[in-house]
Amino acid sequence: MYPADRKYTNDHEWVQVADGIATVGITDYAQKQLGDVVFVELPDVGATTTQGEVFGTIESVKAVSELFAPVSGEVTEVNGDLTNHPDAVNSAPHDTWMIRVKIANDSELSSLMDAEAYGKSVE
Amino acid sequence: MTQAETLKKTPLHATHRALGARIIPFAGWDMPVEYSGIVQEHMAVRERAGLFDVSHMGEIEIAGKNAFDAVQHLTSNDAGKLSIGQIQYSALTTPSGGFVDDVLTYKLTDEHYLLVVNAGNITKDFAWILEHIKGLGDAVAVNNSSRYALMAVQGPKAQDTLQTLTGVDLSAIKYYWFTTGEVAGVRATISRTGYTGEDGFEVFVPPADAERVWRAILDAGQEFEVVPAGLGARDTLRLEAAMRLYGNDMDERTTVVEADLGWIVGWKKPDFIGRDVLHQQKQDGVARKLVGFEMIDRAIGRHGYDAYVNGEKAGVVTSGTQTPYLKKAIGLVMLPVEATADGTEFEIDCRGRRAKAKVVPTPFYKRAR
Repeated sequence: MYPADRKYTNDHEWVQVADGIATVGITDYAQKQLGDVVFVELPDVGATTTQGEVFGTIESVKAVSELFAPVSGEVTEVNGDLTNHPDAVNSAPHDTWMIRVKIANDSELSSLMDAEAYGKSVE
Repeated sequence: MTQAETLKKTPLHATHRALGARIIPFAGWDMPVEYSGIVQEHMAVRERAGLFDVSHMGEIEIAGKNAFDAVQHLTSNDAGKLSIGQIQYSALTTPSGGFVDDVLTYKLTDEHYLLVVNAGNITKDFAWILEHIKGLGDAVAVNNSSRYALMAVQGPKAQDTLQTLTGVDLSAIKYYWFTTGEVAGVRATISRTGYTGEDGFEVFVPPADAERVWRAILDAGQEFEVVPAGLGARDTLRLEAAMRLYGNDMDERTTVVEADLGWIVGWKKPDFIGRDVLHQQKQDGVARKLVGFEMIDRAIGRHGYDAYVNGEKAGVVTSGTQTPYLKKAIGLVMLPVEATADGTEFEIDCRGRRAKAKVVPTPFYKRAR
């Protein structure tokens, strides 16, 4: 159900880790809850993220939701496509990344859920 | 009782659930906010047609030899302009010119009027009318809200869709007029009205027949890809058309002039509740006015966000979102009158960040005729 190649948070973000860089997006469950996404506000490259704290916002027609950083570190890339195509989050949530973060503290990864645990948590 | 049990349900509730609608509480009712998605439903209405269940709205009838006098006294607009079969947008006003509610007044006969009112205000409006109809002669008010189911079919294909279900010549019904006839074999009142900025009809039927008519409209609409549409799209559609929403854009503390709805005041009427204040405001001007805005910076100004003029907090956004058809962040804002000229730039506090916006003329969207 949820891709096994990544980890998940209680706030419905997914994280793919490779070579010390975490790629972050939101899950299918999250995009369903939000409805049609019209606006995503992301940090600048170079900004710092802190695990569990707000790094941006995602807005649907009706509401604003916060995005919580799954890991602490420095933002190395931001997905500029989301400015003009925020709806990609709805149509391909697991293929649409938001930010890439250079991980500051590997040990934080152990507090994230695997696909099976996440899948159970949103049943 | 749980909250879900205390919420009222329209006659079409089971149908909405069967269609997989997401149901939310609204004004004390369990209502569909979306079926296939707000954006899809909004675009369907602009391009083809959508079908809305608005049975939760209220219908208060005023009848008697003095019904006309009562309607003239209670509402802002001049019902003397109405012919039988005609409708006007109006307001139930407070003595200080504020809104008890915004309403549509239908003239059924010289002695019989129907006020269609907002769902969240039915009880308040009816109590207000009962109180203020006293001493106006032979006029009684009846709350007939539970006797009507109401659905709206809206969009360029609305007429084609509905025409297959009725012998009434829909092309002969002008905008803001109504008639009675059969729709899908059911006795109905059909008005050419709506809350979307598109052509369309609102169909009043007995509650027991609501499901039959709803299904008939969706079946007839299949060839045009008509879809059911919920309150979410209803809100984005009305905002593009700059139509006001009671509770968001105005309430008892907003006067009809401040809401920039002076056109629904019968300025020549000698007497109605709130007349003096409104005349004063027309003469002397008002301190604040509701205007349309568009964001300049990349942000969305939403209901309740503060508006800043020259760096000082000066007003508030009353409605706002990024709308699907225009794909712009637009809305309505209450600003000091000095800042309401088209093009005036101001700022909106979007969750701690000041974002630039500008006053723009409304409506934001106008359908091609």
